[in-house]
Amino acid sequence: MSVTEVIVSIFLLIGAFFSLLGALGLIRLPDVYNRAHAAGKSSTFGVIFLILATFLFFLFTGEFNAKLLLAILFVFLTAPLSSLMVSRSAHRTDVPLYDKSIRDDLQETHKKKEKKQQKET
Amino acid sequence: MTFQIVINLIIAIGWMFFTESYTLPGFIMGYILGILSLLLLSRFISDTFYLKRLFKVATLIGMFFRALITSNIDMIKLIYMKKPEFEPGIFALPTTLKSDLEIVMLVHLISLTPRTLSVAVARDHSHLYIHAMDIDSIGETIDTIKSSFEQAIMEVTR
Repeated sequence: MSVTEVIVSIFLLIGAFFSLLGALGLIRLPDVYNRAHAAGKSSTFGVIFLILATFLFFLFTGEFNAKLLLAILFVFLTAPLSSLMVSRSAHRTDVPLYDKSIRDDLQETHKKKEKKQQKET
Repeated sequence: MTFQIVINLIIAIGWMFFTESYTLPGFIMGYILGILSLLLLSRFISDTFYLKRLFKVATLIGMFFRALITSNIDMIKLIYMKKPEFEPGIFALPTTLKSDLEIVMLVHLISLTPRTLSVAVARDHSHLYIHAMDIDSIGETIDTIKSSFEQAIMEVTR
């Protein structure tokens, strides 16, 4: 086994570990919002490392593949926003928070809006 | 900023004509000379030197990656805990940032910092709603968001 193979496998292992962590987080954490934490952070990190490993593998075989770097950029741009959209739409459709949650400022603004709309109608 | 880049490009292409070497190394040499002359003349240009701004963009990108790495190390602890014991909650964070681009960057940074996730943006862009995993220990995070993140984003965009 050469040095390059070792480096590439280390990157792959890190990526796989964090992807697994994201999946475990999806199962273990209590509600949608906490699960979005795991999906938004760990999976992004895992995917970035997997793509980096692919990039390094092709780099060591003598092929500079810039498309993979672009893929990292796009994953990085979209993953946090998608977790924002998931949690936002969950809150809009009244998905309840975890029992131990102690504060919800967004709920108050929603209620204010609803009261306003009721007054107007 | 665009003005300075255009001047820099003109100097670089002028250098290529001057030395009659129409190659990439010639262009890079000219570009470096352009940067140097802009540095010399930066006292007479009202705007700040544009590479300074580029440096700030680089620090912002570094901030993104640092947040990503620390939050993932935090995630390991959190997910492999025997029983998740924390008190999550959603709180409103007042922000001074105005334009869409600034808000999007702040939302990104907050989503990537440990234990915080932005859930929604108020319609008038005055507040961000942030879901925190442990709302008691969040005071410190809010301070860093207010002081370093907003500051860094403002320095890039304004």
